[in-house]
Amino acid sequence: MTEHTHPHSSEVHVVGYGQYILIWAGLMGLTGATVALAGMELGRWIIVTALTIASIKGYLVLNIFMHLRFEDRTFRLFATVAGAVLLIFIVLTFFDYAFR
Amino acid sequence: MTTTAVGTHAVGHVHRDDYGSKMGMWLFLFTELILFGGMFVIYAVYRFSHQAEFELGAKELDTLVGTINTMVLLTSSLTVAMSITAIQRGNKKLSMLLVGITIALALVFLVNKYFEWSHKFAVGLYPQSPELLTKPQGEILYFGLYFVMTGLHALHVIIGAIVLAVNIRFIQRDIITKDSYVKLEVGALYWHLVDIIWIFLFPLFYLVH
Repeated sequence: MTEHTHPHSSEVHVVGYGQYILIWAGLMGLTGATVALAGMELGRWIIVTALTIASIKGYLVLNIFMHLRFEDRTFRLFATVAGAVLLIFIVLTFFDYAFR
Repeated sequence: MTTTAVGTHAVGHVHRDDYGSKMGMWLFLFTELILFGGMFVIYAVYRFSHQAEFELGAKELDTLVGTINTMVLLTSSLTVAMSITAIQRGNKKLSMLLVGITIALALVFLVNKYFEWSHKFAVGLYPQSPELLTKPQGEILYFGLYFVMTGLHALHVIIGAIVLAVNIRFIQRDIITKDSYVKLEVGALYWHLVDIIWIFLFPLFYLVH
């Protein structure tokens, strides 16, 4: 059987079970950390620590579970642009809202 | 969803574009990001203007149930990721089992969510409930966002579970094989996005009190 696949998809990267389990353990640890931190009286810092930990978790899922690290550069560029657009939405909203 | 162009011009001669299929799914995921992103912007603005009331609202949620559900979804992301490795290594049965576990975990998540919402309804907390309307504006907004955002997320969990169930059937019928598994890959991508959205919903609704 001959297959005509796109040239970019010719290199297949197989991620081992071990690496996935390691990332999963990290994600569980971060979940524990964010819950533990929320139990402390951090005041205004709680939103900062919660969102920082959530971003690290999201980064791990995107890069390893969703294979972004092993994909063609185009995928990574697109994902970065999409994330940046969302960030711009939020920042611009606050430029408007915070100074009313 | 994406399409995999399979044209059988000659027997055993397959045209397909895995790269295009994955790109299609990623583009769809970006639209999902904007869908949920818009709601995160609304959350951010109302939280900014009703800080204290959002914190009161968050105290009404059960952090333990939220934490368990977070762990359930993270584990389901692990099993669906491992199912791709399994099919890449030609282990059809293991791959089907792992996708099956993923769906089971999705159901666990939904059952938890069901009990959580039922409890809220039982104490009179649901959109436009007389009980809720006696509360300050900020708490009404908080619970409005809570029900809409976790509800829309739960809808995504249901759709994701159906997509994965179809994938099990595909593996079973050798439509997804060791050499052609992009359908499972895009299904898994959708599932991971559902997980990422929850990764942000969880701290914003359960932890910031």
